[in-house]
Amino acid sequence: MQDGTLIKVKDLKTYFFLDEGVVRAVDGVDFSILRGQTLGVVGESGCGKSVTARSILRIVPKPGRIVGGEITLHRSVNEKDRLAMTDVVTLTDLDPMSREIRSIRGHEIALVPQEPMASLSMVHTIGDQIMEAILLHQKVGKAEARQKAIEMLDLVGFPQPKQRVESYPYQLSGGLRQRAVIAMALSCHPSLLIADEPTTALDVTTEAQILKLMRSLQEELGMAIMYITHNLGVVAQMTERVIVMYMGKVVEEGDVDTIFHNPKHPYTSALLRSIPRLGMKARDRRRLESIRGTVPDPYSIPKGCPFHPRCSQRIEGVCDEQEPPNIQVEPGHKVRCVLYDSRSSG
Amino acid sequence: MAEQAKAGIIEFPVEEDDLQKAGEKTYVAPPWKLMWWRFRKHKLALFSAAALIVFYFVAIFCEFVAPYDPNQALIQFKQVPPTLIHIRDAEGRFQFPFIYQHRRTMDTETFEITYLEVPSEGSYPIEFFVQGYQYEFMGFWESDLHLFGVPAGADQQGIFLLGTDRLGRDMFSRISYGARLSLSMGMISVFLSLALGVVLGGISGYFGGTIDTIIQRLIEFIRTIPTIPLYMTLSAALPVDWPVERVYFGITLIIAIVGWTYLARVVRGRFLAMREEDFVLAARLSGSSEMRIILRHMVPSFLSYIIAALTLNIPNMILAETGLSFIGLGLRAPAISWGVLLQEATNISSLMLAPWVLTPSFAVVISVLAFNFVGDGLRDAADPYAR
Amino acid sequence: MFRYIIRRLVLMIPTFFLISIVSFVALQLPPGDYLTSYAAQLSSMGETVDQEAIESLRERYGLGEPYYVQYSKWVYGILVRGDWGQSMEWQRPVSQLIWERLGLTLGLAVFSLVISWLIAIPAGVYIATHQYSIPDYLMSAFSFMGIGVPAFLWALIIMYFAQTQLGLNVGGLFSEKFLDAPWSWAKVVDLLRHIWIPCVIIALVNTAGELRTTRANLLDELNKPYVELARAKGLTESKLIWKYPVRIALNPFFSTVGWSLANRISDITLMSVVLSLETTGPMQLRALTSQDMYLAGSFLLLLSVLVVVGTLVSDILLAWVDPRIRLEE
Repeated sequence: MQDGTLIKVKDLKTYFFLDEGVVRAVDGVDFSILRGQTLGVVGESGCGKSVTARSILRIVPKPGRIVGGEITLHRSVNEKDRLAMTDVVTLTDLDPMSREIRSIRGHEIALVPQEPMASLSMVHTIGDQIMEAILLHQKVGKAEARQKAIEMLDLVGFPQPKQRVESYPYQLSGGLRQRAVIAMALSCHPSLLIADEPTTALDVTTEAQILKLMRSLQEELGMAIMYITHNLGVVAQMTERVIVMYMGKVVEEGDVDTIFHNPKHPYTSALLRSIPRLGMKARDRRRLESIRGTVPDPYSIPKGCPFHPRCSQRIEGVCDEQEPPNIQVEPGHKVRCVLYDSRSSG
Repeated sequence: MAEQAKAGIIEFPVEEDDLQKAGEKTYVAPPWKLMWWRFRKHKLALFSAAALIVFYFVAIFCEFVAPYDPNQALIQFKQVPPTLIHIRDAEGRFQFPFIYQHRRTMDTETFEITYLEVPSEGSYPIEFFVQGYQYEFMGFWESDLHLFGVPAGADQQGIFLLGTDRLGRDMFSRISYGARLSLSMGMISVFLSLALGVVLGGISGYFGGTIDTIIQRLIEFIRTIPTIPLYMTLSAALPVDWPVERVYFGITLIIAIVGWTYLARVVRGRFLAMREEDFVLAARLSGSSEMRIILRHMVPSFLSYIIAALTLNIPNMILAETGLSFIGLGLRAPAISWGVLLQEATNISSLMLAPWVLTPSFAVVISVLAFNFVGDGLRDAADPYAR
Repeated sequence: MFRYIIRRLVLMIPTFFLISIVSFVALQLPPGDYLTSYAAQLSSMGETVDQEAIESLRERYGLGEPYYVQYSKWVYGILVRGDWGQSMEWQRPVSQLIWERLGLTLGLAVFSLVISWLIAIPAGVYIATHQYSIPDYLMSAFSFMGIGVPAFLWALIIMYFAQTQLGLNVGGLFSEKFLDAPWSWAKVVDLLRHIWIPCVIIALVNTAGELRTTRANLLDELNKPYVELARAKGLTESKLIWKYPVRIALNPFFSTVGWSLANRISDITLMSVVLSLETTGPMQLRALTSQDMYLAGSFLLLLSVLVVVGTLVSDILLAWVDPRIRLEE
């Protein structure tokens, strides 16, 4: 396939097998990420976005595991042929502890997690932790690895990287720590960067800086980013394409402009309406809108469309009975809702 | 209505969520109930708690449970092995539990003296709620009722569930009496240390600063001294001519001297964690006095931890008393505690003839393990996230 | 780091001071003037009492004078003359009697500590990563045996079985011929042959608790984000477990070396009485029951000092291993 696809996720199902029952964290998810593209993954807590990311990296913690579907990584092999051939690796077929997947982790696909403080080891220097990734995936010596680590720190805007490379995480501020984590993730020039709410734990000013950094790095390095967040404002700034997830399924996917200006799924519209807008005049007396109800208990997902109990447009007898099909409303824009099913009535 | 239409909100009835109702039950349950529910899940802890109840029953009613006077030396039954209880007779029929007549015989070839059953000479059924030797329950109520016994004369046969020692004293009776002193001492010691531990730990954690540092240093210092050598030194100072009760109290006090540090640490930890909690701030802002804040707000929330810590500390105290008495620096004969009983097992030659004098160790091990399991269960129930 | 050590050393001084006071108080507790009863004992045995010798002893240790005088004389004697007092019962200076025993006690404690760590850490890591497996349950059972049965009971049981089943006498740390002999290679070998049983008992009794601690600590750490990120970098499971969470989970071990030593010395004391080992236990017991005060007091003092030194070592180890502490100074 030479269409620029980097990652293709097909019908991914990742379930958690607990004493209390089975949680279907990811329940039939499809999407693709193209080379160099930024994909936003949006949804409330518990909708399965983080589990999806971890499924790609095959680090889903026990008692969870992938029970179905396929994830493929499409590498472009440039060396031998002048025609860029792609080498397809089926990530879901690999053993999670195998050498192959480990050579992909941190190398071709890297992770930037949420809390920088908790994601770095307290008793190792940031230099050590960055070098570890470099030494693991590149055939270089220690001195060269150290040099590269310093270069990475410089790249991510670290002040005085040569001196700071020996510092411990607790000596750095939150923003600097997150930069260090980003440096660590980028150290081996991944083709895909999975950013799992990387700025949620940071204050707004630092967040802006980190977002700016990520955008410029993406341009410079040409890597794809899978940006997971529940913050729609960030999605608007950072992404090209968006998938909206709810209860383990993708309910809508499309270009960022389409999603923001022409949302089709009731959930997406409700999410967009719930963003507080600056400049709302007091005399309009508009209430802050929220979506009625709460996310259902994962052990008892309602029959039919998972969103129907909270949906203002649900159709009795249909939405609580059948699972809605995934409809392509226009090219590049899909919705999982019966409202757009031309075959059904209304 | 018009406004709502403008906003695009469509009204619809809010759904009841049954599951939410079930969850509510958990929200309104008082803390002790929550704790009990969580505790119930630990089968091992429940089982141990039951075992402890049995042990404490024996401790309280030891005169009733013991078939024989623990101090009475039944000379003809010296170093007798545990009596076997049978439920099938010679013909294989099921009978109510009984024992056979035993005789000491000498093997004509090896000249070994053995104690054997002689079914032909008779069997004695085990009876419950029998008359036995006289005793004074708790020192004032006279009775001669015993839990079980056999209808045999004192010279004929006895039911020695755990054998007898070198003086012919029934081990089961002695261990039962020993339970009273060993188990009570653990409890009392722990309550003594509770007072000291809660007060000092509370002050330390609540006020912080210099006084916290001082108390912490003190605790560290006390724990630097190895406990048994310290206990030995202190208890050697107790005059030899003191009556048993005074010695008992002295030992209890000595053990509490180090024991309180453990509790103080737990209390302090809890106070430190709670000081920062918002509900304390709220109480303070609403004008409550410090004392009221401590008593009404903080104490209930750490009560469960304290109970767990107390329970976990009791086995240390039981082991301390047992160890001290075992080497002769704790309780001494004629007082009966498990440690005192075990001291008699140190005589190797008599131990070899009657190894069942080691049976008090089972009592010690079981109670120590039981307290540990129950304490673990309580601690997990108090806070499932704490270690 | 250096400053950290110096500070710790300086803090040890008041601790030593306090310990000496506690020991002195403990010394004084038994009623009666020691020397008078000693003299009475001597004369009742038919020995002549050398009044001059008694007087010089009285003078040297300040007996009969106010407590602070006695105390200062005692401490002065220790610090300046290396004079730990006279053992009335053995009729020898205390210093002649205690050092070897103290050394053996410390040796046993440290040796068992090392063995415990060698077992508890790898085993703890294994069962934390393989929860609910058979080894996990076996280790739990083992833990319970260690927690429920104290060292002196194990000693008693082992002694009984060794005697009846194997006809072996497992008491003592030396064979007859080496007891009073000077140290030699052969004596060391003899010691090693005898010491392994008490060592194993103490090690196992304490390993049980340490195993549970390692397991609990590690389980706490294993779910943390830094472990996940290490995995996401592509490290092998075993490498990342040992490099990251185990490192952190070990911190409590380092910080409790002192307390662990105190516990072990305690266990050793009781166990030594059962097994008649030539450590401090039996001699301290005897000294206490016969009111040989300087001997008894010196034991308490020195054992506590050992623990304080052990705490210093653990503080240094902790600082070496955890940069947060090291760099804070």
